[in-house]
Amino acid sequence: MLRRVLVFVAVAVGLVALYEGYKWIWETAGLTWPFEVNDRTMPHTWDIVGQLFEPSRTNGPLLIEVLWDAALFTAKEAVVGFAIGAVGGFFIAVVLVHWSFLRRGLLPYIVASQTVPILAIAPMVVVWLGGRGLPAWFPVSVIAAYLTFFPVTINAIRGLESADPRALELMSSYAAGRWAVLWKLRVPASLPYLFAAFKISATACVVGAIIGELPASIQDGLGGAILNFNQYYASSPESLWATNLIAAALGISFFLVVVGVEKLVVRAAPERLV
Amino acid sequence: MSTAPTAVQPLPRGSLAQSVGRRARDWVPAVLVFVVGITLWEGLVRGLDVERFLLPPLSDILQTFWDSRDTFVSAGWFTFKEALGGFVLGSLAGIVVALVLARWRPLGSALMPYAIAANAIPIIAFAPITNNWFGILSPASKIVIAAVICFFPVMINTLRGLTSVPPEAVELMRSYAARERDIFRRVRFPHALPFIFSALKVATVLAMIGAIVGDYFGGSDQALGILIRRSAGIFAFEEAWAAILVACVLGIVFYGMVALVERLTMGWHVSARGKE
Amino acid sequence: MSERTPVVSLRNVHKQFGRGGVVALEGIDLEVEAGEFISLIGPSGCGKSTLLRVVGDLTDPSGGEVVVNGKPARKARIDRDYGIVFQDAVLYDWRTVAKNIALPLEMLGWDRKRRAQRVEEMLELVELSGFESHHPWQLSGGMQQRVAIARALSFDPALLLMDEPFGALDEMTRERLNMELLRIWEQAESTILFVTHSIAEAVFLSTRIVVMSPRPGRISDIVAVDLPRPRSVETREEPRFFELVTQVRELLRAGGAEAAIEAEEVEA
Repeated sequence: MLRRVLVFVAVAVGLVALYEGYKWIWETAGLTWPFEVNDRTMPHTWDIVGQLFEPSRTNGPLLIEVLWDAALFTAKEAVVGFAIGAVGGFFIAVVLVHWSFLRRGLLPYIVASQTVPILAIAPMVVVWLGGRGLPAWFPVSVIAAYLTFFPVTINAIRGLESADPRALELMSSYAAGRWAVLWKLRVPASLPYLFAAFKISATACVVGAIIGELPASIQDGLGGAILNFNQYYASSPESLWATNLIAAALGISFFLVVVGVEKLVVRAAPERLV
Repeated sequence: MSTAPTAVQPLPRGSLAQSVGRRARDWVPAVLVFVVGITLWEGLVRGLDVERFLLPPLSDILQTFWDSRDTFVSAGWFTFKEALGGFVLGSLAGIVVALVLARWRPLGSALMPYAIAANAIPIIAFAPITNNWFGILSPASKIVIAAVICFFPVMINTLRGLTSVPPEAVELMRSYAARERDIFRRVRFPHALPFIFSALKVATVLAMIGAIVGDYFGGSDQALGILIRRSAGIFAFEEAWAAILVACVLGIVFYGMVALVERLTMGWHVSARGKE
Repeated sequence: MSERTPVVSLRNVHKQFGRGGVVALEGIDLEVEAGEFISLIGPSGCGKSTLLRVVGDLTDPSGGEVVVNGKPARKARIDRDYGIVFQDAVLYDWRTVAKNIALPLEMLGWDRKRRAQRVEEMLELVELSGFESHHPWQLSGGMQQRVAIARALSFDPALLLMDEPFGALDEMTRERLNMELLRIWEQAESTILFVTHSIAEAVFLSTRIVVMSPRPGRISDIVAVDLPRPRSVETREEPRFFELVTQVRELLRAGGAEAAIEAEEVEA
């Protein structure tokens, strides 16, 4: 345990040292490739963290409060999207596993969709779903759901079909109906695959939520905050960097939640290098 | 390393008719769905006027593409170059770092969880920062984003491939008094190739997303992402969908190129042996 | 050679995993003469695989002396004095059968012509001529093991170490490969150290059987197998064969039981 904490501290210190070291070397040598380094393009790490505790605008709330609210807003969009995408994806997978004609017909497209930059259609989704009496953030959740759907479906199919044929035969000998086989055998077998997909989706839905806010011109979330502080970059570069820090933290925390749940549910062995 | 089937398997030749016949059964439903899908698209969207303006018939989209094909093709090419640049940069860096970490195992072990966590960061959100570094119009800002997005999955998977060799395969080499260098070259690297290619395929998609979506934070007029966003903003849906279609086609082609290289270099792998 | 130096000599070898960990081997004394076929047999945890790896310098002993081919084990490994075959054939998927067999020869720096010639000879030895261009996944388990044996013998090592090489195969294939192995052993004139779970296999193949017992791993007995050679399918049906099998079985039971009783005594 102590070792892990030490490694964590070492990595954090190492990263800061790399960043500040690079900044110091480039500034002292006056290098302009790949880009000019100064306090505007690369603010000091302590200034970035310090900015969090400054007011975000004159007599306004602290930056960290603003960003916390924004993060929560985006998190809400992402979670809703994740839930829709995960449930929908799993459901479709169950259907496809049981009706193989549909599976053979649709799976190539689902797999092919992994090769296209789906996020490109974000502006279209926003236009489609905007202004219909739905809350303004809903299209953003749909985008997040869309990004979650594909990895979940593909992995769920693989997982549901990964049940040991001998275990299937055993269930057959118990005259178990399809439903029982599904819940008692296939679903547990698919859990490792599902969690692998969830780990990808955790990141994807956060990215989808942030990106989705851009065409939707939503101010309340992290996407909006990024655009906002981008406009004021010249006067306060630290604010934008701080926002990115918070966005990174959001992505990582989503991921860690999935990892945590996985440890509880699947009891997978930790990653070890041979 | 090789599982043992119960009988000798024939070399992958065999009558053309047989393999076509086998494939047809797999492909027919997908082709059917494609045909049905396209017909529905055209028919329904033309027949019902519902949301016509939002999802134009495919023929209209294709017509719009054809009319302004120069714009679309140059935008596509511009963005593809950004994606390719990011892909090459990020993947190379990922593979090199993985090679280093595989040599110094304790360092690799310690850093792996951090790399996996770093992979969960929405890198795209850093696009405004790279825009400030290189200028909003410069392709370099999107290339850097695409490169960073590609770096982590490639590095993680390559490292996994290099270090997941069965212990007996390494013991075998030790019995030949092989040096670490030999073990690397003859065992670890070939074993890692499938992992590397699988990561590279994912990286093609990520690079495209980095290039296109990075533009949503601002970019050059000539880029596909800007084209999509602007067209959607002025409700010019045929243009927007045409641009999206170009993005999809580019994505598939990019992926396909890597998959082809994989097939050529790794004919021996499980995935290339065909269904049993 | 004027004097018969043993090919393998173990003196008071001791192996413990980690500080205060499992004692895998204790007080091992064994000498293997050239041309012998020695089987190591015992229940799980008796250290037979560990012993094999100690001989091959793939694991360091915690104490004692290991001499292989008149040299310390490490030098023997570096001089490539032995070949090894595992339970899993460990063939490299990305190489053809011919290239798999040629692997140690490449490591030794043989030129292409010499390698090709030797590969052909080895394929004949294991009766797989014509399979040069096949890939491992196209072969059955038994065939893969034959390739592994060909590879292990390709550079003419004095010693062959085999760790349950036929363990993953069915009985019929196993018996057939037993016969093959004896033929190869006689033809190549090698010395074999063979780990197995199967009493019948040990009796059928060996000149001597080393019976081991667990917790801690020790040699409890050595049985000399006086069945005539060449051995054949009929050998398995001779009364002497059954006597030896029974003898080994009882020794195994006694060794195991002894250890269990000792453990109880310590606890009491």
